[in-house]
Amino acid sequence: MSEIPGDLKFLKSHEWARVEDDGLIRVGISDHAQAQLGDLVYVELPEVGASVKAGSGAAVVESVKAASDIYAPVSGEIVEVNESLSDKPEIINEDAYGEGWIFLVRASDRSELDELLDANAYEELIENDDH
Amino acid sequence: MTDQTILNATHRALGARMVDFGGWDMPINYGSQIEEHHAVRRDAGMFDVSHMTVIDLHGPRTREFLRYLLANSVDKLKVTGKALYSCMLNERGGVIDDLIVYLFDEAHFRLVVNAATRAKDLAWIEQQAEAFDVEVRERPEFAMIAVQGPNARSKVFSLLHEVDRPRIEKLGKFAAAAAQGPHGMPLFVARTGYTGEDGFEIIVPNEHAVALWQALLAAGVKPAGLGARDTLRLEAGMNLYGQDMDEAVSPWEANLGWTIALDAGRDFIGRAALEAQQAAGVKRVMVGLVLDGKGVLRHGQKVLTALGEGEILSGSFAPTLEKAVAFARIPAGDPGAIRVDIRGREVPVRLVKYPFVRDGKPCVGI
Repeated sequence: MSEIPGDLKFLKSHEWARVEDDGLIRVGISDHAQAQLGDLVYVELPEVGASVKAGSGAAVVESVKAASDIYAPVSGEIVEVNESLSDKPEIINEDAYGEGWIFLVRASDRSELDELLDANAYEELIENDDH
Repeated sequence: MTDQTILNATHRALGARMVDFGGWDMPINYGSQIEEHHAVRRDAGMFDVSHMTVIDLHGPRTREFLRYLLANSVDKLKVTGKALYSCMLNERGGVIDDLIVYLFDEAHFRLVVNAATRAKDLAWIEQQAEAFDVEVRERPEFAMIAVQGPNARSKVFSLLHEVDRPRIEKLGKFAAAAAQGPHGMPLFVARTGYTGEDGFEIIVPNEHAVALWQALLAAGVKPAGLGARDTLRLEAGMNLYGQDMDEAVSPWEANLGWTIALDAGRDFIGRAALEAQQAAGVKRVMVGLVLDGKGVLRHGQKVLTALGEGEILSGSFAPTLEKAVAFARIPAGDPGAIRVDIRGREVPVRLVKYPFVRDGKPCVGI
């Protein structure tokens, strides 16, 4: 299990959110989640310009095993999606916290970020998951 | 508490991700299911299938009993070691389980049945065996390792005692024989499998299973989990009990008509129901589907046809084809353009004859 970057915040459903320098929120799934899902074979990306709601499904990732909804950690507008995942979904398996990001959101209510788990709390959550 | 095979610690030491599979703690993968799938298609992989149930049948009337128990004809087994795939049906023609039966001698046959159906199979077989005075003996002291792939047989040959090697090299498909493995361990080597590749399924006493696994590993056979086993068998067009058929489905409806032997004068359990169904016309058929666009076909998705709805049985991304394939049960007749409901989206799919993959290559038309 790779180290969890300290600047990330998490949903209990294993999505991460990172506040970029320009204030946009980058979203992906955790390394723990990709390991649980196994080899990813398909990512259904949201449309740029679509609005998303915190805690609602915004994308879908499918592994050989199963399909999983990806929830938006914050509400707002999708400003960019990771197009490279369309051809190479396995990037998420290889680099969940980096190149494997899924979409970028312009948050409409940044206070929603305060509802998310910090890296330590998330680490605790997945440790309990494993037992 | 889940059951463990004798190889449990070996899987864990190899870094396997373990899951509960029909009450057994089994490896789903050892890192990448897709790489394990390709290893079997291109070279050689091995699966721990010790969770499967080995049952030996003894008694002078065993063949007579199997004529009655099985929908396929055990009389196709004429020489020692020969194997036959068959369904075991209930009186309504529904499938209790699918299995392989091996002939040892006229007073001894062996069945290998599914793990998840172990208890009900044993109860059913014991109940039916009584009238034939056949002894039903489960053999939990055996482990089983499936070695599959284009190079699987040669890697197994390298481990056999030299006196046995020529005989096992000549072993035909769907036949089995005893042989000595590493350090003289006694093996039952069957040229069968569940991947669409050549290879062996090897039954070995529990006390030798870890040594056999390690010898295969040293010979270059890659461990593969149940995840890869599932995508391999789906590509190969092989049914999974519980997903593609069950007690409410007859072999006619599960594309297993080829396993039904309606030989003259043989009364087997379910025969009357099967003949009645055939006479009335079978209402549902099992077909192969390919999704050429993006997305994955999954068990339980709704299938839309001109004749009404059906459903996806086994469905998955197929690593050899790099697209999704599935079995579906749909109304019999001309289905027209078929669509599958994937999370509310109606996606067009292509009806195909399967298997989807054989001997490492996509089949024509897939």
